[in-house]
Amino acid sequence: MINISEVIETNRMIEEEKLDVRTITMGISLLDCCDPDLDRLNQKIYEKITRYAKDLVKTGQDIEREYGIPIVNKRISVTPIALVGGAACQSPEDFVTIARTLDRAAREVGVNFLGGYSALVSKGMSQADRNLILSIPQALAQTERVCSSVNVGSTKTGIDMDAVKLMGEVVKATAEATADQDSLGCAKLVVFCNAPDDNPFMAGAFHGVTEGDAVINVGVSGPGVVKTALESIHGESFEVLCETVKRTAFKVTRVGQLVAQEASARLGIPFGIIDLSLAPTPAVGDSVAGILEEMGLESVGAPGTTAALALLNDQVKKGGVMASSYVGGLSGAFIPVSEDQGMIDAVNRQALTLEKLEAMTCVCSVGLDMIAIPGDTSPATISGIIADEAAIGMVNAKTTAVRLIPVIGKGVGETVEFGGLLGYAPIMPVNGYSCEEFVSRGGRIPAPIHSFKN
Amino acid sequence: MNKTIITVVGKDTVGIIAKVCTYLAENQVNILDISQTIVDGFFNMMMVVDANQSAKEHSQLAEELERLGEEIGVRIRCQKEEIFDRMHRL
Repeated sequence: MINISEVIETNRMIEEEKLDVRTITMGISLLDCCDPDLDRLNQKIYEKITRYAKDLVKTGQDIEREYGIPIVNKRISVTPIALVGGAACQSPEDFVTIARTLDRAAREVGVNFLGGYSALVSKGMSQADRNLILSIPQALAQTERVCSSVNVGSTKTGIDMDAVKLMGEVVKATAEATADQDSLGCAKLVVFCNAPDDNPFMAGAFHGVTEGDAVINVGVSGPGVVKTALESIHGESFEVLCETVKRTAFKVTRVGQLVAQEASARLGIPFGIIDLSLAPTPAVGDSVAGILEEMGLESVGAPGTTAALALLNDQVKKGGVMASSYVGGLSGAFIPVSEDQGMIDAVNRQALTLEKLEAMTCVCSVGLDMIAIPGDTSPATISGIIADEAAIGMVNAKTTAVRLIPVIGKGVGETVEFGGLLGYAPIMPVNGYSCEEFVSRGGRIPAPIHSFKN
Repeated sequence: MNKTIITVVGKDTVGIIAKVCTYLAENQVNILDISQTIVDGFFNMMMVVDANQSAKEHSQLAEELERLGEEIGVRIRCQKEEIFDRMHRL
């Protein structure tokens, strides 16, 4: 039988170390909603989402109460809308009507974010893909809960540089369209390379076309738990360090697995995957940077940071895969700046730069995440940053992403406040040399060769 | 049998166990095991109970126990056993 010290340990993780389940995300296929008539399409989308997800929030709350584990977010991901709306939407404005429908459905069922206002254009863009991408600034400005993502490259197809160029302009236009909210729209827009079909985390979640009709994916969290565990083995060898991270990741993931199975059974929707990500929040003690510093770095960003992060990421996966047979999504450590107090502090003390963050993305999940840059950064420079990040993903066969916020009207040294889980961020300097000529060439960067690995 | 774990954490005073046990008896909750310890100067008690015969739902028991805890000045939590089982047992 369970003993008292185990019970105390679990409850301390929840109460003091901020262990939580970050999200239960219901993936819903909208492929069967396709219709050439725009009004009918919108009606079918609204009807399907509100029917499937009507009990999602309540079920999450019930599980939360019964097991005493906070489930921070209940969310929805849908089939990439460029595919669903292709037949009905003749213009970007037509696509915006779907964004408003998704927002209305999200509000109706009580979820805080709905992802999937997306296009998958890793090799090329159809007219529908292009229209959807062009509609993103208005879609994000006119809605509150809709999240958008665009996949511009993959290891198998290379990088669609036309899409990369367009996305630089779209990120900038989104910042301008939401300038009155400190360019908040960009916090809901992710540009991917190798985007996973089953990611439960926003803003990049969408329900891939290889998925079933509906699925429950769960994202766990727990940077605070890992940090506390490491505090008890201060100065020990790497072997002890790895063992401790693995053991902690195992425990955290088992809780996620329990919540996922319960949610799946109660909602009558198949369980998909657990996403083993260490997702920080702005709360003190819930920081990935804090873990890296606990490993022995004076500040995140110091030499050794990339190695420490590589170790952390790998051990989290090794512990997690033992705890759940179905692991997927992004699975790794997230290093968003605005959502992690330790990262914010490191930027403020000038220990952490955009270039070091880029290096860190080579060894962890996702990429340049929630980074505020000056509002006068040119679209071409944003495209250049996207291309660099996509190249890292393409060559290393991993997911990478860019979620940059060019804050209109603000420059280096100023701070932007997004509120809630999105946090706040100091605006970081960007290399001022131009890449305009490079990103404007047009066409694709071919897929890399897979032998002669160096 | 689905078991529930009740934990009580707080400053030790007279009658904590008595009050919790009285509430459980009134609600047909059977106590299977009790253990207690002091951690960092705080009283920690754990009860393993069977609440299957109770007329009240888990959420109602949890809420009422939490309120009872507030009256005594301790924190009472009521959680299904699986969360501990999953985390600590292979």
